[in-house]
Amino acid sequence: MQSAAPLVKMSGVEKNFGAARALTGVDFEVNRGSCVGLVGHNGAGKSTLMNVLSGVILPDEGEVQIGGVLLDNGYDPAGAARHGVRSVFQELSLCPNLTVAENLRISHPSIKGIGWRKAARKVILDELDRIFPGHGISPDTEVSSLSIARRQMVEIARAFSSVTSKIELVILDEPTSSLDQNSAAQLVDFVRQFVGKGGSVILISHLLGEILDASDKIVVMRDGRSVAVDEARNFNRARLVRDMGDVLAENSEFGARSGAKREGPPVVTGPAEDEHQLVLYPGEIVGFAGLSGHGQTEMLVRIFEAAQGARGPIVATDRAAFVAGDRQTDGIFPLWSITQNIFVSSLERLKKGLSFDFERAEREAQDWQSRLSVRTADMGNNILSLSGGNQQKALFARALGSDAGIVLMDDPMRGVDVGTKQEVYEILAEEAANGRALIWYTTETDELKHCDRVYVFREGKIVAELSGDALNEANILGASFEKEDA
Amino acid sequence: MARFLTPKALRTLLPALSLAALLAAIFYLQPRTMSYFGLNLLLNLAVPIALATIAQMFILCVNDLDLSLGAFVSLTACITATWLNDTPLLGVLALAACVVAYGALGALIHLRNLPSIVVTLGMSFVWTGIAVLILPTPGGSAPEWIRTLMTLKPSLVPFPIIASVVIALVVHIGLMRSAAGTVLRGVGGNPKSVERAGWSLLRVKVTMFSLAGLFGVFSGMALVGLTTSADANIALRYTLLSIAGGILGGGEFVGGRVSPVGAVIGAITLALAGSFLSFLRLNPDWQIGAQGAILILVLALRLLVSSRERRI
Repeated sequence: MQSAAPLVKMSGVEKNFGAARALTGVDFEVNRGSCVGLVGHNGAGKSTLMNVLSGVILPDEGEVQIGGVLLDNGYDPAGAARHGVRSVFQELSLCPNLTVAENLRISHPSIKGIGWRKAARKVILDELDRIFPGHGISPDTEVSSLSIARRQMVEIARAFSSVTSKIELVILDEPTSSLDQNSAAQLVDFVRQFVGKGGSVILISHLLGEILDASDKIVVMRDGRSVAVDEARNFNRARLVRDMGDVLAENSEFGARSGAKREGPPVVTGPAEDEHQLVLYPGEIVGFAGLSGHGQTEMLVRIFEAAQGARGPIVATDRAAFVAGDRQTDGIFPLWSITQNIFVSSLERLKKGLSFDFERAEREAQDWQSRLSVRTADMGNNILSLSGGNQQKALFARALGSDAGIVLMDDPMRGVDVGTKQEVYEILAEEAANGRALIWYTTETDELKHCDRVYVFREGKIVAELSGDALNEANILGASFEKEDA
Repeated sequence: MARFLTPKALRTLLPALSLAALLAAIFYLQPRTMSYFGLNLLLNLAVPIALATIAQMFILCVNDLDLSLGAFVSLTACITATWLNDTPLLGVLALAACVVAYGALGALIHLRNLPSIVVTLGMSFVWTGIAVLILPTPGGSAPEWIRTLMTLKPSLVPFPIIASVVIALVVHIGLMRSAAGTVLRGVGGNPKSVERAGWSLLRVKVTMFSLAGLFGVFSGMALVGLTTSADANIALRYTLLSIAGGILGGGEFVGGRVSPVGAVIGAITLALAGSFLSFLRLNPDWQIGAQGAILILVLALRLLVSSRERRI
């Protein structure tokens, strides 16, 4: 039986990252002895909410109670552990240089003294046997030599293992993303057992079948709010997908660009044996969609490598330019001026004899400044003097200013303001009209409205190609999450 | 056969195999080294290098690099040859202060998020400066008890071998086998996850740097015990020797992958490489280059092994 007072009670939780509103007043409850499924598309705020609950980030507003205790500002991951909250985060958090048993010791300080190794071995092995019978993992294996799936099993077993510390709630963020079907089913069974004994679980997954099987209650999030909370039995896959989508959004804008005529041979061709073969024609804007981290960026990099002459299953017949999404790490050269940042991709084109044609670069920089309305007094200023959105414009100018026929964009609009976005959308449409081929990976469904066709990725593969009338949010969401029968 | 010769086992065995190969070559060139006296002479200077390598290994373990170790060992050697000999209390206090200073450096590097290379490179000039102030011209003399310890002649096994085994075992048990050592190494592998589990990264860094300081002090003392006097530049080459020894012994620059046993073996290998080249009657001008060549050879072998490991 569920006791009356909920174990976790979050109310009015708000969190902003700069201008981006990650959470806008979320109420969230978990009862003792129940499993809550949490679903939502990219940027819905699931991970942020869980980070608040596990003490990794502090909310700007709102309060969090665990077991009736109000958690104040001193709340941190160690405090969460004291309250019996354990997390398995999406990015693996084991120490790769330690063995399985040694990793258990990291999260259980109470295992110590002579013979600690034996005790740790037993605890983790027992837990692995309970959750994943037949796992075949030795506790003395170094984690780095385990497959990703086995690392994930260890991480899950570690979260559920208990020595002296209490364990009330386990947060599982995409726990089955690299498990095979059998192990994933074992985990769902175990979650039901754990819940039956009075524990609580929060489950985040892109596999809707798993959510429906394992959960008592399901919370659907969208745009930093929880938009639907109901008993799991009242949900089915169709309703989940519908609730995740934006019911108020105008679907009619989708496919506005569709039907651009294909001219000439494709500039990019993927492996023919794929169910949905990747092709890209000049003049097209093709979108890459799906949940983030499902192989879109990897595909862009492979196309880029193919364009540089790498042999492989992907063939690219033109040169490619890359617009990085993560500006700080693989976009800008922080010590250079805006002009230098733009022309680093066009050094060959702007050669004058043995030297670089600085005057021409200067002139072209002026053109780009007016065309993209880069807000700066002088293009000779340092790139860091620009706002994030304007830095991104400089990166667009770098790609569009080169003579590459293929432009690959890796979620380029992260943290860019709305005004800049509108300007860039127009430029992209112009460039496509001029015969360039563009691939645009984006985590914002709205941006796919500016694409001719969309490939939806799941688990590293293209699982759907959408165009024309089929290109709408419901179909994108439907394909991003798993098939009905899986 | 295939079961035992996995790439992982090969990688662990590589330092020992390189040392064995080098020793075999030396014994072949100069059979007289294959005696108690010969080994003693051959391995004597390996002890302070092994201690310095262990010190460097503690720093490598938390993904940092110490470019001041040679200067630091020189400083502690100068303190040992002067203050520790003349006024033992002052000497002990000074050496303790050196260890504390190292711990403080660790705290500074962690709290201000500074690159350890820059901080330690800067500190190397500070250490050398203090060493010159303490001992402006080469001289001083070793405290009698250190001299006695370093020139012990136990029956059967030469002292340097016993000392190396003891150093390797003590650090192996402390760092590789103990529960506390696990946390220290975990920080090298995945600091975020260790922090999330409620451990203080600051404490780990300070501990590791203090341990490095402690072994640096031991290294300086051992060195003076052998040479009986010191000068401010006596151990400058230890910086690179200790890094090379740590890497040669199977350690890596990032990821918390270190091996105390390997580090000691690596240090001995490097110390022997010099003797080996002398036995080859190689012009001393070429020796440093040849030492580098040996290092590249061993590391290339390791790369080969690990690339096979990845393929499996």
